[in-house]
Amino acid sequence: MGLDIRIPIGSLFVILGALLAGYGLFSNPAIYQRSLGVDVNLWWGGALLAFGLAMLALAWRAAMARARTGRKSDTTPASE
Amino acid sequence: MHPAAIDWMILGVYFAFVLGVGVALKRYMRTSTDYFLSGRAIPAWITGLAFISANLGAQEVIGMAASGAKYGMATSHFYWVGAIPAMVFLGVFMMPFYYGSRARSVPEYLKLRFDEKTRGLNAISFAVMTVFSSGISMYAMALLLKLLLGWDFTTSVLLSALIVLVYILLGGLTSAIYNEVLQFFLIVFGFAPLVFLGLKDVGGWHGLAAGLRQVAAARGFAPDAWTSTWSVMSSPASNPMGVEWISIAMGLGFVLSFGYWCTDFLVVQRALAADSMQSARRTPLIAAVPKMFFPFLVILPGMIAIASTLHGGASGLALPHKADGALNYDMVIPLMLGHYFPNGMLGLGLTALMASFMTGMAGNVTAFNTVWTYDIYQAYIRHGASDRHYLNMGRIATVVGIGLSIAAAYAANRFNNIMDLLQLLFAFVNAPLFATFLLGMFWKRTSGHGAFFGLLAGTAAAAAHHGLTLPVGSATGIQGGWIAVLHPYPSQMAQNFWTAIYAFGVCFLITVAVSLATRPRAEHELKGLVYSLTPRLSAVGERWYARPAVLGACVLAGAIVLNLIFR
Repeated sequence: MGLDIRIPIGSLFVILGALLAGYGLFSNPAIYQRSLGVDVNLWWGGALLAFGLAMLALAWRAAMARARTGRKSDTTPASE
Repeated sequence: MHPAAIDWMILGVYFAFVLGVGVALKRYMRTSTDYFLSGRAIPAWITGLAFISANLGAQEVIGMAASGAKYGMATSHFYWVGAIPAMVFLGVFMMPFYYGSRARSVPEYLKLRFDEKTRGLNAISFAVMTVFSSGISMYAMALLLKLLLGWDFTTSVLLSALIVLVYILLGGLTSAIYNEVLQFFLIVFGFAPLVFLGLKDVGGWHGLAAGLRQVAAARGFAPDAWTSTWSVMSSPASNPMGVEWISIAMGLGFVLSFGYWCTDFLVVQRALAADSMQSARRTPLIAAVPKMFFPFLVILPGMIAIASTLHGGASGLALPHKADGALNYDMVIPLMLGHYFPNGMLGLGLTALMASFMTGMAGNVTAFNTVWTYDIYQAYIRHGASDRHYLNMGRIATVVGIGLSIAAAYAANRFNNIMDLLQLLFAFVNAPLFATFLLGMFWKRTSGHGAFFGLLAGTAAAAAHHGLTLPVGSATGIQGGWIAVLHPYPSQMAQNFWTAIYAFGVCFLITVAVSLATRPRAEHELKGLVYSLTPRLSAVGERWYARPAVLGACVLAGAIVLNLIFR
């Protein structure tokens, strides 16, 4: 279909990652007692953010390749 | 569990994306093929992730974690003996006939290969089954949300139904598939830190194994009963599942898993949406790769929870008890989410759980609207109408299907036994199916009468076997033995596996016998539907490592290695 799924996946995880990492930076360290002292929001939020950015980069690269060749890319076949 | 603003925000962002994907896809839904089969235009990695995600409903996640606590590592038989070989078989051997025949659904393949009555039998039982599965999914979610967040049953049911309704109505199967891929990543990202923190808490793998040795000893099993898969399978008495290796290999591995993964339209539909034959064949093979590692994500939490409950993790994680005093294994995942995750991650974990409930519903609804529209409405009610007519019927079927699911959820809430009874009936109907497909695809002599009566006989055999046997310690009735108790089984799981083996065997024999006594279809009609009458697919232009047979062999080798490591 016409929508490259990596765009919604990438955007979702960029937003969730930023929310978590931001919260991890500014939240009260006492809440990390339950996660055994690990600031899991900051670390895992960062991981999600990186994953989301990677997805967006792949989608962007595919769009560039499509624009350059004017061909339909094999990763996002359009049905029309 | 006390969600804070940050947790609600995360859940809200996810809901916005789910609906946004539906809205963005709406303009691509022009024909019924777009709506029911995603225009057969989706690349293999997406259909592959959707393929496992459609099966990864929350009951699966919660149930596998519960089994991990109850039975330990041996639960991974459901993956390494069950799912993986069946998925490889589907991709390498069966997909050429499903995709190549241009059938739009599994029942339609039965119509092309056999006859109208075989299709009708399969279509109607499947349609009823999907509606109830979707309802059970909704019911389970509502119960959990009530327990965790104090939400009202009706609020949970209606909210989830509304969201699923909107995104399927807008984007059809594509919407469902895209959301399944989102859910796949959410489950992985939501649960991986849970496993990490749980392992850290019990002292790593070695600490876990030491705790599980004590669990096994306390329950009267060999010390490695919770950490090994095969070495405790010599007899039913030596493992907590109460099964032995032959019923694992034949009942679970061969009959039940092949029956589910190779013939259930809920998963096969994802492969039919692929953009080419190559992609369709690669769909289950790509799906098998992450599937292989899922035991570490869904079974390990159960093992951590039981070890911690009985023999102490540092932070005092302990499973709650049910009213009758038994441990409540279904609480493994919700308990660990609340125990280890601070606000923030708690939102992500809850979102992953809700996402998997909703995709479980959505998968059933998209399979239902397709089978209803193509195999029941177009076949028996209104033949030869315009494509637009069927597209609209698909949308109506979506609304009606969700309406019926809501009714099923309320029925489940009111009469628990009715649901158990229905699930039992579905098990009887499904148990023999794989014999029919196996004979149909690989023996050209199989006739329509043979298939139909074989299925009926297989279902009857499953019911009879269930009625004549009883797991030790159960009351006669829904557990079995409602005709007479001729044979006791050491556990319910053993009874299930053997029911499947008998159903398969009887269906196989009766199908062969009736086929030999009736006239087969002309060979030219079976081209593309039967193995021996279909030209081999040429692998020209495919890189050697991307060929289904090579991919399939690699996946199988991986599963064998995992079986050996955790033997």
